[in-house]
Amino acid sequence: MKELIFSNPFFGIIISVLAYRIGMVINEKTKTAIANPLLISYVIIISFLLVFDIPLEWYCEGGDIINMFLSPATAILALTIYRQRELIKKNFLPIFAGTLAGSVTSLISVYVLCRLFIFDMAITASILPKSITTPMAIAVSSSLGGIQALTVLCVILTGVTGNILAPILVKLFRIDDPVVQGVAIGTSSHAVGTSRAVTMGEIQGAVSSVALTFSGVITVVLSLFLGYLI
Amino acid sequence: MKILIQFSLIFFSCLAGEVLSYIIPFPVPAAVLALIIMLLLLLTGLVKEESIKETGDWLLQTMAFFFVPAGVKVIEHFALVGSIWLPVVIICILTTVIVFFVTALTVRLAIKLKEMRK
Repeated sequence: MKELIFSNPFFGIIISVLAYRIGMVINEKTKTAIANPLLISYVIIISFLLVFDIPLEWYCEGGDIINMFLSPATAILALTIYRQRELIKKNFLPIFAGTLAGSVTSLISVYVLCRLFIFDMAITASILPKSITTPMAIAVSSSLGGIQALTVLCVILTGVTGNILAPILVKLFRIDDPVVQGVAIGTSSHAVGTSRAVTMGEIQGAVSSVALTFSGVITVVLSLFLGYLI
Repeated sequence: MKILIQFSLIFFSCLAGEVLSYIIPFPVPAAVLALIIMLLLLLTGLVKEESIKETGDWLLQTMAFFFVPAGVKVIEHFALVGSIWLPVVIICILTTVIVFFVTALTVRLAIKLKEMRK
C-alpha cells in the first residue's frame, strides 16, 4: 500500500506543489528573505521523506516530471530578453564587462578559499564552476578532474544562496539600477538566482538571463586555460 | 488548444537545443541553446510574442518552483560530501556574495564610463 501511494508520480508532484505553496505563504507572512520558498520546500520534502522512510527514487517518479520543465523555463527567458532587447543593446558593453569580471572573480575566489581549506585538486575542480548552470558546470568540473556530485551540490547551494540573498544584497550595496541588479544576480547565481530576478522586475529578469548565458560561456572558455594553470 | 500549441512551440526550441547540443563540440547545455534558438525565432519574427505569451509568462512566474526536485535530489550528494560539508557551504555562500559585489561594481563603473564619453 505504501509503495502504491508514494511511488506514484502524482505523489512527487503533489508534495512538491504543496511544499512550495507552504513556503510561499510563510514567505509572504514573515516577509524575511531567509524564509525562502525554495529553502522551505526542501526542508518540508526532505523531512517528509525521512520521517515516513520514503526512498528518494519514489519521490523522483514525480520529481523528474517537474525537472523536465527546467529546460522550457530556461528557454522562455528568451521572451524577457526579447521584450527588453533595446535596453540590453544599449547596455551591452557594461553587461559583458560585468559578467566577465564576475566570472573571473568567481574562479579566483573559489580557488583561493579552497587553498585556505587545504582541499585537494579533485575537490577544488568540483567547486570551481559553481556559479554557472548545472550542465555547463559538470562539463567544466569533469574536464578538470572534479567530482560530478559535489559540483551539482555546489551549483544548487550557490543558486539558492543567490535566490535568498539577491534582495538583501541589492539593499546592502545600495544598487538601484535594475540593469546592475540583473547582471549581479545572473552572474553570481545562474538560473536559480534568475528565477528570483524575474520576480523583482522585467528588466532584472531579462538582464539576469543574458548574464547567466554570458557567464556560463565565459567560464567554459576560461576553464580551457585553467587546466594548464592548476 | 492555444495553450497546447504554445507549449509545443517552446518544447520545439528545447528539442532543437538538445539536438544542437549533441552536434556542436562545446559543452553548451541544451537549455541554454534552447534559449538562444527561442530568442532568434522571436527576433526574426518566425515566432510572434503573442504565440507564446500566456504559457511563457506562466513558465516565468513559476520558474523557481521547477528547481524543487533538483534541490531535493541533492540530499544524496550531501552524504557523499561527508566531513567537508561546512567549508563547502561557507565557500559557496561567501563567493556568491563576493561575485555579486564585484559584478555590480564593474557594471556600475562601465555605465558611468559610457555616460562620461558621451
